[in-house]
Amino acid sequence: MDFATFLIQTLNSLQYGLLLFLVASGLTLVFGIMGIINLAHGSFYMIGAYLAFVLTSATGSLVMAIALGIPLALAFGAFLEWALFAHLYKRDHLEQVLLTYGLILIFEQLRSLLVGDDVHGVAIPAFLDASIQLTDVMSYPVYRLAISAVCIVLAIALYYVIQRTRLGMMIRAGNDDRTMVEALGININMIYRVVFALGVALAALAGMLAAPISSVFPNMGSHVLIISFVIVVIGGIGSVWGALVAALIVGFADTFGKVLIPELSGIVVYVVMAVVLLWRPEGILKKG
Amino acid sequence: MNKKFSAARNFVLSAALVAAGLGSAHAEDKVKVGLMLPYTGTYAALGNAITNGFKQFVEENGGKLGGREVEYFTVDDESNPAKATENAKKLVSREKVDVLVGTVHSGVALAMAKVARDTKTLMIIPNAGANDLTGPLCSPYVFRSSFSAWQPSYAMGEALAKKGVKNVATVTWKYSFGEESVAGFKEAFEKGGGKVVKEMTLPFPNVEFQPFLTEIASAKPDAVFVFFAGAGAAKFVSDYAAAGLKSSIPLYGPGFLTDGNLAAMGGAGEGLLTTLHYADGLTNAKDAAFRTKYAQTYKMQPDVYAVQGYDAAQMYEAGLKAAGGDPAKQEEVIKGMASATIDSPRGAFTLSKAHNPVQDIYMRQVKGDQNVVVEVVSKGLEDPARGCKL
Repeated sequence: MDFATFLIQTLNSLQYGLLLFLVASGLTLVFGIMGIINLAHGSFYMIGAYLAFVLTSATGSLVMAIALGIPLALAFGAFLEWALFAHLYKRDHLEQVLLTYGLILIFEQLRSLLVGDDVHGVAIPAFLDASIQLTDVMSYPVYRLAISAVCIVLAIALYYVIQRTRLGMMIRAGNDDRTMVEALGININMIYRVVFALGVALAALAGMLAAPISSVFPNMGSHVLIISFVIVVIGGIGSVWGALVAALIVGFADTFGKVLIPELSGIVVYVVMAVVLLWRPEGILKKG
Repeated sequence: MNKKFSAARNFVLSAALVAAGLGSAHAEDKVKVGLMLPYTGTYAALGNAITNGFKQFVEENGGKLGGREVEYFTVDDESNPAKATENAKKLVSREKVDVLVGTVHSGVALAMAKVARDTKTLMIIPNAGANDLTGPLCSPYVFRSSFSAWQPSYAMGEALAKKGVKNVATVTWKYSFGEESVAGFKEAFEKGGGKVVKEMTLPFPNVEFQPFLTEIASAKPDAVFVFFAGAGAAKFVSDYAAAGLKSSIPLYGPGFLTDGNLAAMGGAGEGLLTTLHYADGLTNAKDAAFRTKYAQTYKMQPDVYAVQGYDAAQMYEAGLKAAGGDPAKQEEVIKGMASATIDSPRGAFTLSKAHNPVQDIYMRQVKGDQNVVVEVVSKGLEDPARGCKL
């Protein structure tokens, strides 16, 4: 591998890792802070992608679709929390798994009824539909770089909200000791609703941003679910910063694994996970 | 007392009726067709197209096969190999079907073929392309109306070698159909003097292709050959174009790369050349009639899967005709099918010793939402059926 190729592969790794971070960040919030094992997280990604497809077809612009889609996803998340998840906080993980697995089936069936089973494409917004020439034959789509930029901004914003704002403080406190926070007169139920809605919106946003490059197809959520859990576990459950570091590690492991040891590329990511967990059973960065 | 008596009488009567029914069975019997296809899940559209094609032929044939009414038994195989044996056995032992038609997914078809072999039931595969089905696992009872994975890819290998292409890189999912496709391509391409310089695979159904595109850009082969299908194919073609490679390094593959995916690619597929045993824009009269009728009946355009379903019915009709319309004379049905020439919309084909179509492979080019035929690249291509002892 020559140096130029190495640099482009590094760019590929960063870009893939950042997209993975976007998907996994919502999961780590919901899993880490609320203690909910949400198998339906991939479905929210799928719903986001289909929202992007439907709304882009209706409005003619992906930017419009995202502007409309985010409030919809937030409202949908808040509704689900109120209707279903609020009843689960004191139950054990098995019941959460049952509920969220059921949701996967329901969402997939609804998707099939409403939009059908065909593969769809979503057009890249015109102002981002360009590419940068990297070598004599290869160029890099600007849209991919734009996604990376959005992911970096979101990572910083999330970190700021959780670490530096009053809301973030309440969220972290609620995670440490729910009863104590309630005793201090903070409406913990409302905070959980906000966190869950945020988690759903992050997954949906990831789906919307990924739609033009991944295309939109049945069961697409299941593709990202497992890798999201891997990232959450490697990064340390509940840590946004950890999820970012883990997503980048997975991005590098996957990209270079495919190129350097293609026979084993299917398991490289899991080997990395196993090694990290032996080294730090709580994940790279514990809650913080 | 009275009640008991009438119950007994009813029993005797119905037993007599059943016996009478059995007695006259041979003249009146229907042909029992078991359709075991995916009607839900990712391949639902393919299962429906195959069913539509099959039923269209039966309709054109006066609603009959071998002169007898047709009774259908339908099972949704869900493309789930774990349920395949049970589903196939249900059709064979409980419904006692005369012929088992299925399926799309190769894993499911392999399990079905085992049931067909073990129970000596006639089976027609209307899609699944695993080489093994008409290779090492071939059987007198198992026929295929579609293709083997080897066929379209081998034809592409021949065509590129003839074109003078020297170095090719390949990419596919690491599963049997992908690997069989690449192997078929490589066999013909290297026989013709070309060289496969880089073989890349990724786990199914992973679709993060960027690392491979970078490798291709760095290796700069004369061309790239890929096997992908469905959403993965749409993504690969889009990514390939977005990376700017489409204009400098031509992309080729078997027709599954573009069939049914062109809308999702949003123009990125325009101009691509692929090989398959069916194409848009064929000029034979059979195809024109088939397409008109299909569009009228089902309010949509037929695809290669509908053709394969239609031909499965044609093959069985040929077998029944040879056996005087009696599905019970299985040996004659098999002989009739094996020696038939099927007048397919894809162009007429015969069957190889291993019961796989010996057929023309077309080079097609993407124009708008169609895969338009360019030429026949391989005339009467026969799968080598390696490992088959028929």
